[in-house]
Amino acid sequence: MSPPKAKRKKPLPAPGEWTFELIDAYHAEIDRVAREFGLDTYPIQVELITSEQMMDAYSSVGMPVNYHHWSFGKSFLQTEKGYRRGQMGLAYEIVINSNPCIAYLMEENTMTMQALVIAHAAYGHNSFFKGNYLFRQWTNPDAIVDYLIFARNYLTECEERYGEEEVELLLDSCHALMNVGVDRYKRPAKLSLTKELTRQRERTEYLQSQVNDLWRTLPAQASRAHAVETRRFPPEPQENLLYFIEKNAPLLEPWQREVVRIVRKISQYFFPQRQTQVMNEGWATYWHYTLLNTLYDEGLLTDSFMMEFLHSHTNVVYQPGYDEPWYRGINPYALGFAMWQDIRRICEAPTAEDRQWFPDIAGSDWRETFDFAMRNFKDESFVAQFLSPKVMRDFRLFAILDDDKDARLKVSAIHDEAGYRRVREILSDNYNLGSREPNLQVWDVDVRGDRSLTLRHQAYLRRPLSGDCEEVLKHVAHLWGFAVRLEVAREDGSVSCLHECRRDRRRHDAPQV
Amino acid sequence: MVRIIDRRFDSRNKSAVNRQRFMRRFKGQIRKAVADAIDGRSIKDLDNGEDVSIPSRDLSEPQFHHGRGGVWETIFTGNDQFSSGDQINRPQGGAGGGSGKGKASKDGEGEDDFVFNLSREEFLDVFFDDLALPDLVKTQLARIHEYKSQRAGFSNDGTPANINVVRSLRGALGRRLALGAPFHGKLRELQRALDERLETHPDDDPEVQRLRGEIAILRAKLEAIPFIDTFDLRYNNRIKVPKPTTQAVMFCIMDVSGSMDEGKKATAKRFFMLLYLFLTRTYEHIELVFIRHHTVAKEVNEEDFFHSRESGGTVVSSALDLMKDILHARYANGAWNIYGAQASDGDNWENDSPHCRELLAERVLPFVQYFAYIEITPGEPQNLWREYEKLGTAHRNFAMQHIEGLPDIYPVFRELFKKKLV
Repeated sequence: MSPPKAKRKKPLPAPGEWTFELIDAYHAEIDRVAREFGLDTYPIQVELITSEQMMDAYSSVGMPVNYHHWSFGKSFLQTEKGYRRGQMGLAYEIVINSNPCIAYLMEENTMTMQALVIAHAAYGHNSFFKGNYLFRQWTNPDAIVDYLIFARNYLTECEERYGEEEVELLLDSCHALMNVGVDRYKRPAKLSLTKELTRQRERTEYLQSQVNDLWRTLPAQASRAHAVETRRFPPEPQENLLYFIEKNAPLLEPWQREVVRIVRKISQYFFPQRQTQVMNEGWATYWHYTLLNTLYDEGLLTDSFMMEFLHSHTNVVYQPGYDEPWYRGINPYALGFAMWQDIRRICEAPTAEDRQWFPDIAGSDWRETFDFAMRNFKDESFVAQFLSPKVMRDFRLFAILDDDKDARLKVSAIHDEAGYRRVREILSDNYNLGSREPNLQVWDVDVRGDRSLTLRHQAYLRRPLSGDCEEVLKHVAHLWGFAVRLEVAREDGSVSCLHECRRDRRRHDAPQV
Repeated sequence: MVRIIDRRFDSRNKSAVNRQRFMRRFKGQIRKAVADAIDGRSIKDLDNGEDVSIPSRDLSEPQFHHGRGGVWETIFTGNDQFSSGDQINRPQGGAGGGSGKGKASKDGEGEDDFVFNLSREEFLDVFFDDLALPDLVKTQLARIHEYKSQRAGFSNDGTPANINVVRSLRGALGRRLALGAPFHGKLRELQRALDERLETHPDDDPEVQRLRGEIAILRAKLEAIPFIDTFDLRYNNRIKVPKPTTQAVMFCIMDVSGSMDEGKKATAKRFFMLLYLFLTRTYEHIELVFIRHHTVAKEVNEEDFFHSRESGGTVVSSALDLMKDILHARYANGAWNIYGAQASDGDNWENDSPHCRELLAERVLPFVQYFAYIEITPGEPQNLWREYEKLGTAHRNFAMQHIEGLPDIYPVFRELFKKKLV
């Protein structure tokens, strides 16, 4: 932090109880400092709610409105139980990626906590939502709340028309496929026509270069007949199961397709959040820490305020070691906060090691580097790009290789000169959704035969699917309406059928799931 | 830039619908949990909510995940002893080990039951789900001939006796204000102009005269607005709604003779408490008649019925006689649905049992909707059971069940009051 300036301002009062006037006063100061740091945010809407309402918001995946489903009731009961018994505090805040950005403050919070939450959510998360490329590309904050209201009304209408049970079964099936209902790689951004044409030409040229003249001697007819037989649908494997079902399931009613679409859209909306946990939480934590410290340096905050704030802050960024009973993996708040702090250190006071590892950013303007990093990365690439040897040493990171063919585990790399790059690579891969979650694709539809759908799991490092994939398959069959098969393609090239779920919607119309 | 909104008074319980959906979906499991829960807890507690637990695998939401196995390489924090290339034994149970991400927590929580709290209402809903007093609906529908008058807001016409003064005057005041408003404004303006004019001009100035004239006209107009008009009048509106007669009377007959030991009495009491809870909950207007008997029968209040002790020989017919008498004295006017439940160990004075059967068949069963008999005895049925068995075939409104001990109560109760398809 910059050296404390002479305290010249009268501190804001810091009573335990908050008032609306105080929230406004604190917000004004936080806002001023945030602007000085150049944080760009959506307009802010702060909403005061009770703990009960917080639990409501919690259980409908943090959204202000959502359609009705028993699974939200389940998570409400879970949250309520944990909260009532004091096993779990509610999160201090929920922030919604919308425009204006809605931040919930709980009425039980002290004034200090409200200020912390405003700095964390309304400035930290908010600026991240506005800046980061994933959120910019994938989400539409202007429309999300309206879309959710539309979704709820639409589903209510469906329930009235087709019965609650019918809709519930459909939603169950869609929810089971939420993970595989997103476009991971396909960007929604439109390509320009010239680019499209260039690509088309490149593809043709590539195909041309693959033609081996020797085969020209083969009779032309034979190969044509073969081509007809093996024409497949879909022509290329599809990664987005919900999209594929929405567009191609033979017997879905139009309203059912719309419901599939709603679930898919909402799932897609949360996709960026799952990929930017470390960055996003670290960013918000960094900014609440920096903003409040700046205010303290200006003399606006009392010592007691700071003590309470630091107490909460240290709790949030606590990282237990691997052998402690409360170890739950790497704390994204801790890692993210440490990395952002470290980037600033590299910019402002680089060591020889930093100059060697980060020649681009060592000694650069930290605000610009921050802005660049915040806008253009996700967890996977952020770690790969910015995790410095110092942070690895501070966290004492080490990698364990668990191969089920070996009797023992192996320490594959640690935080030393030989291991830095390897550790960083593995950690980056740990955050890669593509390797964290199984890779499933729509492989084939027997268009001319029994209309059965074949899904293929491309096994990665021999990792199998978990046991409940059979249950999921029943849900796929429910949506598809005909037989569904699940194959696994192993890395040695062998393919075998894991499960098959026989079904013919035309004959057994009663839902089986 | 910032908007601060106080949402604390917005609707709570946004999740109530989701909660209901959850309850409906897992009705089967919840019912089982409730049945388990009431074993071994006293009936008094039954009136409270209850923590129920459901095996979490029953309510899992399946997704495609990775399972255990294959190759995982994971980063951990806090290295205190390892160097590159070290070999470690696979830890048991997953905690702190390297057996793939999320395993530890999955193993830790995955097998736990899902526990949540049912409110009292929800608990009783589940508890008495699908139970009904047999035939009550039928008789009730047959005779709706009572109406009650009930307030239903206000109307524009009615009898003078029903005028609502406050509403009428409020309407009149509003009308007067609305009609008078333009005149009042004009009046104030004129008055001001007049006052100004008077300061500089004499009293007989023509302008002053003109203003005075206009003011007088306006005043007259204002006075012409009636204080109250016919269309200001509001009348209390009353409508007649049919009043369903769900009044019922339940006779609870319990044997408190010497052969009924404490255990059997406790079982009987539990049975009646359950019944009582069921009835008071289901029907608003229900009367209960408690009859206890040994050699003589006595009508007692609820407190005495459940809590005081007596002993002696057994003459069951005394209770049936008393029931018959009370029935004819108080409930014979046809406005009552009549139910009877009798608990006994079946040990009766030998010559009395046939008499009981006759009494029941001829003097009681023709008047009641339903009569249930439970015999609480660990072994063979006693003589009363054998006599009553002869009734079963001839009378549709008679049912009997055998209870051996406490755990049978709930199933037997369900059996007796199971909803029957009409």
